[in-house]
Amino acid sequence: MNIKALLSATAVASVAFAGAAIARDQIQIAGSSTVLPYASIVAEAFGENTDFPTPVVESGGSGAGRKKLCEGVGENTIDIANSSSRIKQSDIDNCAANGVTEIQEVRIGYDGIVFASDINGPSFAFTPADWHNALAAKVVKDGKLVDNPHKMWNDIRADLPAQPILAFIPGTKHGTREVFDEKVLIDGCEENGAFEALAAANNGDEKAAEKACMALRTDGASIDIDGDYTETLARIDANKDGIGVFGLSFYENNTDKLKVATMNGIVPTTEAIAKGEYPVSRPLYFYVKNAHLDVIPGLQDYIEFFVSDEIAGPDGPLAQYGLVSDPELAKTQEMVKNRTPMGPLN
Amino acid sequence: MTDATIPASTAGSGSASARSSLLTVDTHTRRRRSSEARFRLLGLLAVSLGVLALLGLLASIFSNGLSSFQQTYIRLDIHLDAARLDKAGDRNPEQIAKVSTFGYAPLIQKAMEEKMAAAGIAIDGLSANAAAELISKEAPAELRRYVLADPSRIGQTVPFDLLASGRIDGYYKGRVTMASAELDRNVSPQQLQLADQLKEAGILETRFNWSFFTAPDASDTRPEAAGLGVAILGSAYMMLIVLALSLPIGVAASIYLEEFAPRNRFTDLIEVNIANLAAVPSIVFGILGLAVFINFAGLPQSAPVVGGLVLTLMTLPTIIIATRASLKAVPPSIRDAALGVGASKMQSVFHHVLPLAMPGILTGTIIGLAQALGETAPLLLIGMVAFVREYPGEPPAGFFDPASALPVQVYNWTQRGDPAFVERASGAIIVLLVFLVLMNLIAIVLRRRFERRW
Repeated sequence: MNIKALLSATAVASVAFAGAAIARDQIQIAGSSTVLPYASIVAEAFGENTDFPTPVVESGGSGAGRKKLCEGVGENTIDIANSSSRIKQSDIDNCAANGVTEIQEVRIGYDGIVFASDINGPSFAFTPADWHNALAAKVVKDGKLVDNPHKMWNDIRADLPAQPILAFIPGTKHGTREVFDEKVLIDGCEENGAFEALAAANNGDEKAAEKACMALRTDGASIDIDGDYTETLARIDANKDGIGVFGLSFYENNTDKLKVATMNGIVPTTEAIAKGEYPVSRPLYFYVKNAHLDVIPGLQDYIEFFVSDEIAGPDGPLAQYGLVSDPELAKTQEMVKNRTPMGPLN
Repeated sequence: MTDATIPASTAGSGSASARSSLLTVDTHTRRRRSSEARFRLLGLLAVSLGVLALLGLLASIFSNGLSSFQQTYIRLDIHLDAARLDKAGDRNPEQIAKVSTFGYAPLIQKAMEEKMAAAGIAIDGLSANAAAELISKEAPAELRRYVLADPSRIGQTVPFDLLASGRIDGYYKGRVTMASAELDRNVSPQQLQLADQLKEAGILETRFNWSFFTAPDASDTRPEAAGLGVAILGSAYMMLIVLALSLPIGVAASIYLEEFAPRNRFTDLIEVNIANLAAVPSIVFGILGLAVFINFAGLPQSAPVVGGLVLTLMTLPTIIIATRASLKAVPPSIRDAALGVGASKMQSVFHHVLPLAMPGILTGTIIGLAQALGETAPLLLIGMVAFVREYPGEPPAGFFDPASALPVQVYNWTQRGDPAFVERASGAIIVLLVFLVLMNLIAIVLRRRFERRW
């Protein structure tokens, strides 16, 4: 049949491939799925308001993004890594080994982590200590360290609702889990006295005690969710007793399905987080490869656009979507303008 | 057979209890028959379970997704105010381009106020700002594009069909109700009342959503504007590349292996490897693609060319196996006859065997393509699972521009916070299914029309 035509078409195609220029004019971004919605809002607005093409934003996780950033310098490597946790020394070393020496650290704002349950269920007023009591493998009961005996929330504190303990928490690959471990489990562990007991059990080794604080019960009361918040929401929909861990912006998009719990008596709002009253929050970052600044068209403009008051300020679209605007934004703007690379981690 | 022989032998022995005839069924036969009936029932059960599962899946996808083919629009007359858009008044495109989309939002709010006044609509406790929130955040961008395309339009009053925001759109699709709006921070019952009155006045209408097929993806704040344009284009580019590479390579390889290659250990090894490759998980090809095409060959990330190459590798074994099977199915008499009248080996293959095997080859190719079309895992590693808003350019240069793909778009949308994206994702699944069904139909038609049996 027309094998000859096909063969010649292939030949033409491969010549065309070789001939086409592969200079990149789009900004390439990868990293945290928590930062992704914000980055895509900015990318969209940037594409609309400038002559530069809309940047391409990949998700895939903070760690994966930073690793990609550190792969080297050149057009087939990414320009920006979004990250929901701070860059690690190992990343910086990896970067340096591959010739990526100057990196800018840009803090875009803060993200609140909220605890929410089904809209028709009872209201919850938690403290971090409650969460540690509910989920930890070992808790202090009557002054003794025992395997977690709590079945109902009101077993922990009489004024919590009588509802079975069932928590959907982010899986260990999520950046959110780190914050949950640190700001909820460890803080709660210290509050309810388990930390001291665990430290004593480990002969005063505080590192080991911290680790023990984060050890969760395995009887099905605490369920790791490796997917996204949409999966957590679906789980709560199926099991009305569940309480899930969400990002503030996700909750604000689903206020008709979810009831948010207070933490230490504070309702999570962007204002409460900005003031530092609500305890469970974390900064969000992106990291820029300085070597690409004058190579990829629009990169510098994009960074300045991202941290401008119009976008990242308290009245901008990011704040409307649930990002807690950084009170020190002006400092960040100054830094970005001067292209100040980040110093060593302290 | 045993039924007939056993009674005969026992009858011969003269025992009265064992006497039986072929007409009355003995226990052994009954057991065999009931076991057959059981098996049939089991088979029927398995089939109906499968059908039930399929129906459940389709019902959930269609009930969630069909509404994405409808979209709510609001018609407003927008005055492109020169005082806002061109303060200097000299229609200098550079100056006009400096007015960002934030500068266009007040125009929409004003047009909304005027429209409400003209239609005599007033809602208690609804601010002008909240009334303007009925309009999608995409609208200012649309206005800006319109103005920049021809700055002389400034000063005119132009009627626009603007997208209604996701929540309002959801109200007419049953996703948002007055009761849920009570609790929802992104929409109030007053806004829904306004929407109802606008609908009565004929200002708001729901119609077929063409832009779902043409528009690019949109960010989380404007689900109503999100479309499949870039994804469909990206998938089409990849399929073109897969077809252009895997068909000739696959067919050439199979012809050589089937017709020309000597049978020895080496070709046996190749055969085994091809069969094994067909069973390799697709993500492995993604890892390979990242290492070879991006890191080594320096091809760009997120580009259909890399996606196409990776999917080609994935599809090749399928095509080779299908092609070899259909070459084998051509009876040797055809080859012998061709060789017998003096044709060369190559002539016999290309003039006689290959045309007869073509329907089978094409069927295999289309099924391989359909498989590649639905693949997400390898694309994850080469950066195609991304937020891409720019359309890729025309081929061949466009093969190197970032693009998305249909299954990737489904995956992306299911992760978004706004519930409106659930509908979009299901809509995208329907589009993908339609493409797959079409491809399979073509394969079936080709087979039916051209296949020959010997």
